[in-house]
Amino acid sequence: MFGGIDYGVVERALPLLWQGMLFTLQLTGLSICGGVFFGTILALMRLSSFRSVSFFAASYVNFFRSLPLILVIFWFYFLVPKLLGRPIGGFYSVLIAFVMFEAAYYCEIIRAGIQSVTRTQVHAGYALGLTYGQTMRLIILPQAFRNMLPVLLTQSIIMFQDTSLVYVVGLKDFLTTADLISNRDNRPVELFVFAAIVYFIICLIGSNSARRLQRKYTI
Amino acid sequence: MIEVKNVSKWYGAFHVLKDCSTSVAKGQVVVICGPSGSGKSTLIKCVNGLEPFQKGAITVNDISVGDKATNLSQLRSRVGMVFQNFELFPHMSVIRNIMLAQIKVLGRSEAEAEERAMKLLTRVGLVDQAAKYPAQLSGGQQQRVAIARALAMDPFAMLFDEPTSALDPEMINEVLDVMVALAEDGMTMMVVTHEMGFAKKVADRIIFMDEGHIVEDATTEEFFGTPRSERAQMFLSKILSH
Ligand SMILES: Nc1ncnc2c1ncn2[C@@H]1O[C@H](COP(=O)(O)OP(=O)(O)OP(=O)(O)O)[C@@H](O)[C@H]1O
Ligand SMILES: [Mg+2]
Repeated sequence: MFGGIDYGVVERALPLLWQGMLFTLQLTGLSICGGVFFGTILALMRLSSFRSVSFFAASYVNFFRSLPLILVIFWFYFLVPKLLGRPIGGFYSVLIAFVMFEAAYYCEIIRAGIQSVTRTQVHAGYALGLTYGQTMRLIILPQAFRNMLPVLLTQSIIMFQDTSLVYVVGLKDFLTTADLISNRDNRPVELFVFAAIVYFIICLIGSNSARRLQRKYTI
Repeated sequence: MIEVKNVSKWYGAFHVLKDCSTSVAKGQVVVICGPSGSGKSTLIKCVNGLEPFQKGAITVNDISVGDKATNLSQLRSRVGMVFQNFELFPHMSVIRNIMLAQIKVLGRSEAEAEERAMKLLTRVGLVDQAAKYPAQLSGGQQQRVAIARALAMDPFAMLFDEPTSALDPEMINEVLDVMVALAEDGMTMMVVTHEMGFAKKVADRIIFMDEGHIVEDATTEEFFGTPRSERAQMFLSKILSH
């Protein structure tokens, strides 16, 4: 297997790898959107002055943060179709798993972001007659998201890497595809080096844009 | 216009406001002063319902602030408030700061809101700063924008919480000038401040607070003539000496 490197292997595998990458990117993108959306709701619930509401959110967060992601993926992959009584496809099962799992992590980031905006900004919104919802949406959250953009992107990069765990339920993401091809063609070195380079480049672009965005939005 | 009757408030076990009563008639200017921690900010935050209180009653324009049935957002939209640290929205330009609540709360159109904002910016001498962001302005300019933002809602009363105490000395007057003009226009105002020059010039009454009590509530002449309480006398001599 160390007898010379054959770059042609990777080239021939590109269409399949691209399919895998599409799966990975879709899963990552949708999980980020869903995770941030529910994470924001959870964060607002955690900060609620209603005890039962904040208790529920805190329990949710602590529960999911104490589980390994791989277990959550297993669960949802087998549980969701059972609960719904019909198969919804592996992609949607793991998407739900990722959204629910990541929401717990995003919640903590977003909560810190909201708390980084001073309480008097809330008062300033209220004093103008804005409602709670308007104050959050128009005044607090935009500032909070600017403050936490770097952390949010870092978490998203970690999640991008974590999507490779769908391997355990046999879904064909980028890394699983690379693995399958490396087995088929018996070319692990080429394929895993290529996979590493691709992950590296994407994460580099991600963290660089995090830095650029932060500079742009720093107020 | 503003009636405060026997208001008491606690933060947990801490008694912040103790049986406070006062009133501000339409067009009157009332200055509130007193040592740090005496409850001045808390009192004016109770007036527009930013802080709840446990006992007593406050009415603004005959609307009960403490009543659960009161639409507080609606009430607050017509009671302007100016904060010590300006509290402009840093992610919006100056003009957007002034337009936001006009559009979202009063339902004005973009064009109406913009026209009103530009008029008010002219009034506080900042038309040329409309497109800038708050961080690009000096403290005095930011506070004038904050006043314009409150005025854009056509308030029937204005509350000020130490509007000049975060400012460099050379900027204090540009803000006070705007406030004096406002008072002379007949605005009903409650102003927490230690600017006694301002108080002498425009205040109808002065309230002195100490440890949650309203210790003194006198006309401006009375107050500066002979404050009745010893605490107020001491306080006055301290702030007038510098
Ligand atoms: N959210 C809060 N929770 C608990 N205690 C508070 C809270 N806000 C204020 N206090 C306390 O209530 C008291 C009155 O506060 P307040 O801000 O009304 O004083 P103040 O007269 O405005 O003082 P200053 O001149 O320093 O602004 C202070 O002792 C303060 O520590
Ligand atoms: Mg205060």
